[in-house]
Amino acid sequence: MSAAAAREHWDDPVATGARMRTEGVDTTHRSILYLDGITVSFDGFRALNDLSLTIDAGELRCVIGPNGAGKTTMMDVVTGKTRPDAGTAFFGQTIDLTRLTEPEIAGAGIGRKFQKPTVFEQHTVYENLELALKADKRVLPTLRSRLGAAERERIAATLDTIKLLGEAQRPAGMLSHGQKQWLEIGMLLMQEPQLLLLDEPVAGMTDEETIRSAELFVSLAGKYTLIVVEHDMDFVSRIAQRVTVLHEGSVLAEGSMDQIQQNEQVIEVFLGR
Amino acid sequence: MMSAAFVPVQALSGPRSLRLLSAGGWSFCGLALIVLVVVLPVLHLAVPPESALHLSDYWVTLIGKIMCYAIVALAMDLIWGYTGILSLGHGLFFALGGYAMGMYLMRSIGRDGVYQSDLPDFMVFLDWKKYPWYWSFTDHFWYAALLVVLVPGLIALVFGFFAFRSRIKGVYFSIITQALTYAAMLLFFRNNTGFGGNNGFTDFKRILGFPITAPTTRMGLVVITGMTLLGFLLLARWIVTSKLGRVLTAIRDAESRVMFSGYNPVYFKLFIWTLSAVICGIAGALYVPQVGIINPSEMSPANSIEIAIWTAVGGRGTLIGPVLGAAAVNLGKSWFTKAFPEYWLFALGLLFILVTLFLPRGIAGLWIRRREPT
Repeated sequence: MSAAAAREHWDDPVATGARMRTEGVDTTHRSILYLDGITVSFDGFRALNDLSLTIDAGELRCVIGPNGAGKTTMMDVVTGKTRPDAGTAFFGQTIDLTRLTEPEIAGAGIGRKFQKPTVFEQHTVYENLELALKADKRVLPTLRSRLGAAERERIAATLDTIKLLGEAQRPAGMLSHGQKQWLEIGMLLMQEPQLLLLDEPVAGMTDEETIRSAELFVSLAGKYTLIVVEHDMDFVSRIAQRVTVLHEGSVLAEGSMDQIQQNEQVIEVFLGR
Repeated sequence: MMSAAFVPVQALSGPRSLRLLSAGGWSFCGLALIVLVVVLPVLHLAVPPESALHLSDYWVTLIGKIMCYAIVALAMDLIWGYTGILSLGHGLFFALGGYAMGMYLMRSIGRDGVYQSDLPDFMVFLDWKKYPWYWSFTDHFWYAALLVVLVPGLIALVFGFFAFRSRIKGVYFSIITQALTYAAMLLFFRNNTGFGGNNGFTDFKRILGFPITAPTTRMGLVVITGMTLLGFLLLARWIVTSKLGRVLTAIRDAESRVMFSGYNPVYFKLFIWTLSAVICGIAGALYVPQVGIINPSEMSPANSIEIAIWTAVGGRGTLIGPVLGAAAVNLGKSWFTKAFPEYWLFALGLLFILVTLFLPRGIAGLWIRRREPT
């Protein structure tokens, strides 16, 4: 469905899919995220300049680029934190991201991990996951909410995935930096997202933690779609299937890690200046 | 995939504090109830005044007053201690509840006022011939009781909606609430506003037909206030041990993460803010018949700041702490203002500084050990 058609059906939640949960993401054309002609200006500076990007469902995509290339702004547009001045952003075939609020986008199935780990430091690891659990998140249902057996099992399974089973009852503030990053990823997984945005997920990690993170991301690809923004080229070459290079707010190159490394323009941007 | 056999038991035990109260907590509640319903009335009404065990009028009024303040401190803890939103305007909601009850008490005076008119003395003094429209039905207790809840509740709801939707936070929110209560105080100081100007309401004669100064009436009010305090303590405890309580604390610690977890913080803040205001209004309504006066000075910024100090002294985020804080500070105040009347504000300021420096978790922090990152 075109953007114009989607707007026409805006009042009809079924037609737009806007009110639907993750199951409602229409990925019949393989792609889960379409950005088309996105432009964002801050006081005349074009952080994103006619950016177009398509991500397929189940992909593990790495996005690299020098500082100021627009990587973080791109994530801001996808999560609704920044509204583009021009262009369209679609989640699946039908959900117009430029018209939803941040919580609505999170509810629609897009999870974001920030550069700096933000977990609820005073809550235990278990409670962090409980809060992130996909559920009715309005006020009164939250007040009455009690964990059922299936939900406890899901929390335990996620604790296992992120290797924090033994830390379940510790306050999150007492975890190591790497553990906090994994907990945050676990919190994203609890929301049963379709698409995960990870902003420099291994920054500040020890080598061992970085290797474990790489294993984790590779195991998550396929079940989820992941977009990883990263500076660490070793890490990127370890996990990358497809790489997108951003430069001055638009896509400079896209392809496999090998192709990217031999691309003349990329070499110039990264090494020539 | 994991198999259940490898999961340590503690991993499955779930969130902390699933129980409403521990056994000790329930015993404390039971004990408080017995003291309230049996011990206090017996000491005041049955024990003869010459006995050393007799509870004097002074103490009955003071206990009633302090319990009203404790309810306010509890409301403050919900919004400040748990949600991290410092209101410096809670005195407004307290006063509004008090004024709503005061309207009923003024109507109950009937023709027993100085001017023996159907109208309250201050209206006769202003040469008004009839009640303004907003005094309609206030001669009915049920209607006044409705106002006690609705007026602070609606004002908090509307103010909170715009403030939270505009993402006004931290010190900016505190300053705006301070300005709000100050503006309301100026409004209520005007005689033409119709609430008795700077004298407010006083000289009440009866409540629900009972003479308001009779020992049994006063004792009855104290018992009702105490039960309300206990009831709100349990309600607050239920809220903060629920998942909603954990969301509130999460908003305090990392609001953006709450948003990205799919919760809309605006409605959670609005819920607890409005509830907090309503609780304050009810406290004000219980306060006015016991102290016998309500005037705009209750809305002065200093009063609202004092509420925050009770809460900080008692220990934020503990519920019982602010209740104790309100009691400790006000007991200190009633002694201090008799012994060294000029120096009370200095003492209060000093207390606040000392508590912040040496007891960051307040009185309750002395024995409640919270697990926190070090």
